[in-house]
Amino acid sequence: MKICNDKTMSLKEAVQKYVAAGCHMSIGGFTVSRNPMAAVYEIIRQGINNIHLYAHSNGQGVDELIGAGCVSRLEIAYAGSGRFAPTCIRFKKAVQSGDIVVEDYSNYQMTLRFLAGAMGVPFLPTRSSLGTDIMEKWGFSAKMRAADPRLPDQKLTVMENPFGSWGDAPKLVLVPAINCDVTLIHAQKADREGTVRMEGLVFSDIEQVKSAQHVIVTCEELVEPDDLKANPDQNQIPSFCVDAVVHVPGGAYPTACYRYYDYDPGYLNEYRRYAEDDMLYKKYLEEFIHGLKDHQALLDKAGKDRLDTIRADQRTGYAVGLDRR
Amino acid sequence: MDYTLKELMTIAAAREIRDGDIVFCGTGISMLAAMAAKNISAPNSVIFFETGAIDSLLEEVPLAVSDSRVMFWTSVNGNLADAFATMQNRITGPHVVGIMGAAQIDKYGNLNSTAIGDYFSPKVRFSGSGGACDVASFVGRTITFMQHEKRKFVQKLDYITSPGWLDGPDGRKKAGLPDGGPASVVTNMATMGFDETTKEMFLTGFFPGITPQQILDNMGFEIDVSRAKEVAPPTAYELQILREKCDPQRLILG
Repeated sequence: MKICNDKTMSLKEAVQKYVAAGCHMSIGGFTVSRNPMAAVYEIIRQGINNIHLYAHSNGQGVDELIGAGCVSRLEIAYAGSGRFAPTCIRFKKAVQSGDIVVEDYSNYQMTLRFLAGAMGVPFLPTRSSLGTDIMEKWGFSAKMRAADPRLPDQKLTVMENPFGSWGDAPKLVLVPAINCDVTLIHAQKADREGTVRMEGLVFSDIEQVKSAQHVIVTCEELVEPDDLKANPDQNQIPSFCVDAVVHVPGGAYPTACYRYYDYDPGYLNEYRRYAEDDMLYKKYLEEFIHGLKDHQALLDKAGKDRLDTIRADQRTGYAVGLDRR
Repeated sequence: MDYTLKELMTIAAAREIRDGDIVFCGTGISMLAAMAAKNISAPNSVIFFETGAIDSLLEEVPLAVSDSRVMFWTSVNGNLADAFATMQNRITGPHVVGIMGAAQIDKYGNLNSTAIGDYFSPKVRFSGSGGACDVASFVGRTITFMQHEKRKFVQKLDYITSPGWLDGPDGRKKAGLPDGGPASVVTNMATMGFDETTKEMFLTGFFPGITPQQILDNMGFEIDVSRAKEVAPPTAYELQILREKCDPQRLILG
């Protein structure tokens, strides 16, 4: 959180300021939608590593951070990019080779964990996962947890309903709160003070933002505070939650940003081919990330014609008839 | 009438959806089955996604549950916390039918979508639960799509991601889970249900041209085949709706 009437800065500056090696970080969006890709690429460019990453269901952002070697530990429910990569490819390779350590939760559990952090309580209950290996198998061992003050001693725990038969739920699974050092989201609109308006589905971005020490928001449009105040019931995040506002049109590319642009099937299919081969992936990192100055350079590389094909249709919010094979 | 295997699977699953169901779907064929049901036999069903979109029009088939196509022309665009609460909710949850998929299934309908081999050093890692464990924990009934292969229908799962009937009739109650559980399984060869008393999987239908013995040959455990009938092929009307209305670009049907 931060109280200040102008939080705008460059993406480079925001990442330098709020994302550090070894930090606990979460990214918003969901699989192939509204991932904060510009920020992800900037983190990769700055070579920040050993990140402890949290997400619920994430695809492209998580996979690229892992592929670039920025992540050492991951707490997640789902790593996939829809039909483009039902299981994220660099994630899969990194787990199979032991390059990252993963803790698995369900999607609701991850959402509740962010919500608990946002509410200021140490845990929240759910009936999900009773009887499963999500309860039984801990990716982070009890020993690793005990040795790290940033981790709760237990992955989760079961308790008897303290209200007896009330609510007709004999047992509850308690999942621990998450409070990250920094959360990154990409939104449709924000103002310089940090008020945010997302359009379409908000996923768990609000909980992720409110549970973090610091928040970087990249946005399609930087608008005047009065523009947002004119329709306040459409805004979700109050300014004091946010530390940095960065105007990055196309900042979710190659993932989708509802009412602005679709995901880019060409990019995502091409990415899959690079990701499947270690040597090719090195080339990908060089050509599409390290070799480019900033996100605008990636958009320029994609080119106007390609970006025109994914431009959102005004009526539907996506690119109608887009070739998605 | 010519039809593909995928079309038959989609229609077979769509027939399991009842009018008035609240249908939770994932990506791919499950979304298509929900769209087919709504357009054919269950016009009053409501499709919803874990991402929070409710009653999406789905003019084009989404390729992920976060696809912008699920956000257009909905009754409500909510969030994950709402979507899962709808399923855990004691009033709405029992009316939800969840459509799932997995890498492995056992005779009690427990599912693995996390890892093959040792979880701590997996031979093959998959995406993980996503919302699957939540859906399987909470809702009234689930329909699961599977490829009919020995390595997928196994005696013992490598990892229990999503609870089915766990270890039998009392499994869910002992674990503290709500009532409800797996109702059916649809594969590329057959449809299966779960016995009311034993909660074990049994064959309900075999696809035209497939024998019960072929089905058993492709499973890692025995099931009762005595109650099975041949599955009716898709009708001309079902195919027309599926092809023209649900997936005209054949993004899922191939």
